[in-house]
Amino acid sequence: MIRVILPPHLRTLAHVGGEVMLEVDGPITQRSVLDVLEASYPMLRGTIRDHVTQQRRAFLRFFACEEDLSHQPPDAPLPDAVASGKEPFIVIGAIAGG
Amino acid sequence: MSKVRVLVGTRKGAFILTSDGKREQWDVSGPHFAGWEIYHVKGSPADPKRIYASQTSGWFGQIIQRSDDGGKTWHQPGTPPGEPPAPGPPKAASNKFVYDASAETGKPLTTHQFYDGTQHPWEFKRVWHLEPSLTDPNMVYAGVEDAAIFLSTDGGENWKELPGLRGHGTGPKWQPGAGGMCLHTIILDPSNPRRIWIAISAAGAFRTDDGGKTWKPINRGLRSQYIPDPNAEVGHCVHHIAMNPKRPGVLFMQKHWDVMRSDDAGDNWKEVSGNLPTDFGFVIDVHAHEPETIYVVPIKSDGEHYVMDGKLRVYRSRTGGNEWEALTKGLPQKDCYVNVLRDAMAVDSLDKCGIYFGTTGGQVYASADAGDSWNPIVRDLPAVLSVEVQTLV
Repeated sequence: MIRVILPPHLRTLAHVGGEVMLEVDGPITQRSVLDVLEASYPMLRGTIRDHVTQQRRAFLRFFACEEDLSHQPPDAPLPDAVASGKEPFIVIGAIAGG
Repeated sequence: MSKVRVLVGTRKGAFILTSDGKREQWDVSGPHFAGWEIYHVKGSPADPKRIYASQTSGWFGQIIQRSDDGGKTWHQPGTPPGEPPAPGPPKAASNKFVYDASAETGKPLTTHQFYDGTQHPWEFKRVWHLEPSLTDPNMVYAGVEDAAIFLSTDGGENWKELPGLRGHGTGPKWQPGAGGMCLHTIILDPSNPRRIWIAISAAGAFRTDDGGKTWKPINRGLRSQYIPDPNAEVGHCVHHIAMNPKRPGVLFMQKHWDVMRSDDAGDNWKEVSGNLPTDFGFVIDVHAHEPETIYVVPIKSDGEHYVMDGKLRVYRSRTGGNEWEALTKGLPQKDCYVNVLRDAMAVDSLDKCGIYFGTTGGQVYASADAGDSWNPIVRDLPAVLSVEVQTLV
C-alpha cells in the first residue's frame, strides 16, 4: 500500500482524516500515485495537478524521505521506502501558500 | 507626566495615537501618507522625536519617511524642506535599496526558492521593518523583501546593504512565506553593539557577533514539517522574535507553528507552546519589567488566518512559556475572525506595563494593566500591519 499525506484543506475536501492508503499497480511514480489518488477521490482532480497539463500546482510541493521531489519527472520512480509503504508520499502546501 | 505614543502602520496609511500615562483618553492623528501601505513606523530610542516610516506601494515602490518632531511633520530624508511629499519618487536616494554585489564589499547576487520551488533571482520589493539604533538617531537598520538587511548612518538618506547575511551561502534554500521573502525582525543587543539578531520568513533566525559582517543561522531545535528535512539548518518560517532588553540573549519566538524560547542567544531553541489552544500565530512580545512574562495571540491555522472559535484571546505566560492563560476581558468573544500580524504588538515601559496590538479588522487594543483588561483605542482603521510604542517621560 502506498501512504499519502494530504494538506488539511485537501483532507477536508476528500473527507479523509489522516493518511490515505492507496493500492497502486505497476511502477510507483508521482504520476501513478496521483492517478490512483484522483481516481479514488475525484474531488481532488485539479487541486494538486492542472486538469489539462497535469502540471503540479505552484503552491504545492511533493516530499518524501526528507527530500523535495517536486521537480522530479512525474514518471521517475519514487523512493523504495515510499513504494514499500515504509515512508509516506507527502503533498504539502508551500509555505508561501499558508 | 508620562506620555505614550502608539505608532500604527496600516494598509492605507499611518496613524499616531497618543495618551497620558493613564492610557484612558486617546488622541488619534492620521492618516499620514493616506492610501499607501505603511509596513512599519518606529521611533528612535535615542531621540523620541525622530521617527522613521516605511511607505510602500505596488505602483510607486518604496519610500522612506522621517519625522524630527514626533510625527507632526514628515519628509523624505534628503529631500529639501518644503518639497511636496509623495506620490512620486523622492529627490534623494532615501528610496534606493540596491543589493551590494560589488567585488570590493559585496556578495554575488544568487537565487532563492520561488513559490513553486524553482530558483528565482533576488529582487528588492519593500522595507518590512525599520530598527533605529539604540544610541544614534541617525543610524537605522532596514529589513527588506527579498530578504536582506540594510543600514543607514545619515538618518535614512542613503542605504547600504550588509551583504554578509544575503551572501551567507544558504540563500538558494530560502523561500517566500505567504507575505513574501521578508526580513521582518531586527533585534539589537543593548549589552553588545556588535550583536544583532534577525529573522526571515522562510529562512529562519540568524545572528551576527561582528556588527553585521558575518552571520550564522541559529535554528537548532526548530522543527518544521513544510521543508523536506524538518530539522534543516535553514528554511524555517520564523514569524517573529522578541526579547526583553534588560535580559539580552533570552529570546522568544513565534514560529509558523510552535512557540519557542532560547536561553543562549539563539544557539538552541526549545518548544514552550504548552497548553496553547493552537501554537500557530504571528506576534509575540515580552513584558517590559517581567522578563518571564510573554504574550502571544494564537491563530487557528496556517490555512485559516483568524483567531479560534470567533474569540479574540491574548495568551499570557508568566513562566516563560508552557503554562498559558487566556486574557479576554474587553476583547470580542463572539463572531470575531481577525488576524494579528507579526509586527502588530508592542509594549510600553510604564508601570503597570501597557500592551498594545492591532488587528486586520482595523482595531487597536490597549491594556494598561499588563493584559488583565483591554480597551479599543480605535475600532475602524484599515487593516493594521504594525504597532510600535514610545514611552515618553
